[in-house]
Amino acid sequence: MEAFNSLILILDATLRVATPLIFAALAGMFSERTGIVNIALEGKILASAFAGAAAAYVTNSPWMGLLAGVMVSVVFAWMHAFATVTHNGDHVVSGMAINILAAGLTAALGNFWFRQGGNTPNLVDPFNDIDARFTPITFPFADQIADVPIIGGIYSELLSGHFLLVYIALLAVPVCWFVMFRTRFGLRMRAVGENPSAVDTAGISVTGMRYLSLTICGVLAGLAGVYLSVAVTAQFLPNMSAGKGYMALAALIFGKWHPRGALLACLMFGVLQAIADRSQGASLGGFSIPVQAIEALPYILTVILLAGFIGKSIPPKAIGKPYVKERE
Amino acid sequence: MSQPRVPGWIYVVVIPLVNILLASLAAGLLFWYLDINPLQAVATMAYGAFGDSYGLGYTLYYTTSFIFTGLAVAVAFHCGLFNIGGEGQAYIGALGVGIVCLTLGGKIPLLLLLPISIIAAGAFGALWALIPAWLQAYRGSHIVITTIMFNFIASALMGYLLIEVFKPPGSMSVESAIFPESSWIPKVHDVAALVGLDLQRSPLNLSIVWALLSAVGVYYFVWQTRWGYEIRATGQNSGAAEYAGIHLGKTVVLAMLVSGMLAGFFALNVVQGEAHQIKLSLVNGMGFTGIAVALMGRNHPFGIVLASLLFGFLYQGGGELQFEFGVDPRIIVVLQGLVILFSGALEKMMKHPIERLYLKYFYRPTTTDAAEA
Repeated sequence: MEAFNSLILILDATLRVATPLIFAALAGMFSERTGIVNIALEGKILASAFAGAAAAYVTNSPWMGLLAGVMVSVVFAWMHAFATVTHNGDHVVSGMAINILAAGLTAALGNFWFRQGGNTPNLVDPFNDIDARFTPITFPFADQIADVPIIGGIYSELLSGHFLLVYIALLAVPVCWFVMFRTRFGLRMRAVGENPSAVDTAGISVTGMRYLSLTICGVLAGLAGVYLSVAVTAQFLPNMSAGKGYMALAALIFGKWHPRGALLACLMFGVLQAIADRSQGASLGGFSIPVQAIEALPYILTVILLAGFIGKSIPPKAIGKPYVKERE
Repeated sequence: MSQPRVPGWIYVVVIPLVNILLASLAAGLLFWYLDINPLQAVATMAYGAFGDSYGLGYTLYYTTSFIFTGLAVAVAFHCGLFNIGGEGQAYIGALGVGIVCLTLGGKIPLLLLLPISIIAAGAFGALWALIPAWLQAYRGSHIVITTIMFNFIASALMGYLLIEVFKPPGSMSVESAIFPESSWIPKVHDVAALVGLDLQRSPLNLSIVWALLSAVGVYYFVWQTRWGYEIRATGQNSGAAEYAGIHLGKTVVLAMLVSGMLAGFFALNVVQGEAHQIKLSLVNGMGFTGIAVALMGRNHPFGIVLASLLFGFLYQGGGELQFEFGVDPRIIVVLQGLVILFSGALEKMMKHPIERLYLKYFYRPTTTDAAEA
């Protein structure tokens, strides 16, 4: 029973940790499937976390925070599109610029607006009548059956009691899969990433498709950021994205640019993170594994996978290449 | 028919300057929004960074760091590789410096120890770049992704080593023991005092000499040696380079080893020259700043030294802004992002308009052009 309870707790934490990764990995999928390298996920998450928390605090509504966070993330995505699609700039350089801009702007503006060393004020503050945090959703009868063995643990602890965005993230996976692999729009999107000139020949605008996919990417990355600040910590903290954008990118590659694979990778990275958070390392047959090794494992696994030692992860063919329409 | 020619100085001087001007303009707007007069801010920063020997010392200390990380990015760039791993390579370079100083410090004189620690810093940095390089060259995995992953692996590894190996027993903070004093790289103000010059205390140390030597070395290596030629050929057209008999895999690995080595030298300045101990996240984004420095310096050592000086000025001056205007010093990070955006990602944005402007207003067809037409 003890083992079962801690298993439930770890899985519960896994869902919480994996949610921003799932959003960001799906965001990355839309971008990379149309051929745009996106290391800017990190910056988008950070910027939307800040904008979300700031707007939620000012308007005293988490929903306005959600809107603002998503909008800011989309603006950053458009900036990426402007540089890489309109002006054929280097995708990695543009991504770096966005990450660095986001880190600097959130700190500078946060300090200017709130004077709390770059933090935003807490979103739950009964003394000032502030309650702008998303509240967890409790399923019906969750409290009543919480004490029932096994079922109570699974239903009340694991399934119920998460933020709405957690359920949206889980739902977004099949939805994105459907859009990407079962609609005409998705087919065109994938075609732009594999062979843009063929898409152009068919009379579809490569530029338009890439702007559109980066917009979707912005929305999803924005949800990841808003989840962090408006739901989990109820406050923005400087550099709170803490590498989640890069980890999501790793998950995307690990999942072979596919929603199901990305989801599994995010959950796997989430489990590792949950274990690392819970314990000071784990022990395996008397041999203790340091907590840092567990934290580094997602990155190590991704490197090994990319090197082709465990399966092969093949990126979209036209990724990172600017598409220059022939003139005359 | 030949195209009307746009002279080279338009590309080397005018377009980069216009891009930097756009970045400054955007930054100026932000300053103005933050209730700071941009011109006054520049004056404050200039005084803070160059006004006295204390400020100047700090400026040049930062400059030294940026020369190393900027050169590292540039060498890889010449081979067509984007090394975002400077952050991790510099961190691991600190490990090399730390091991040398903690084991040999106090036992052998500095003149003997210094070459060893330089080699260790370079070798550890290069080693950390070797695996991504090898994977790029022979297993086809992308260098950008692997170097990002290696940054995180480096920080986990260093976190582990600091807590489990280097932390002195009984110490609460996660950092290594202080190195024996005889292993420290001398400070410039101490050296100046020997010849009778009175400078204020600052972290500036003799690593700056090594940084400048490295810049000269990189120039010689990239433009005057066969290896440099192979690296540039691979970077500009790998297909043609391979056809000419250049071994692409070896060239990629070589470029990344040199790049990682230069990033590793960063530790000489920050660890052996100033902190005198290994600390958590001691690189603190300066590896990324190297990207901005390399872009701005157009991957040429001379340009990189100038760009490093500019960023040194921004870092030191940015701290000054905090005292004067109460603004967050990380505003400098915004400026850095704008430089990367305008001189890097949007570098082609102004190319066509400026070309057209030149041809319209300044271009006079010469007789040879007319004859060809």
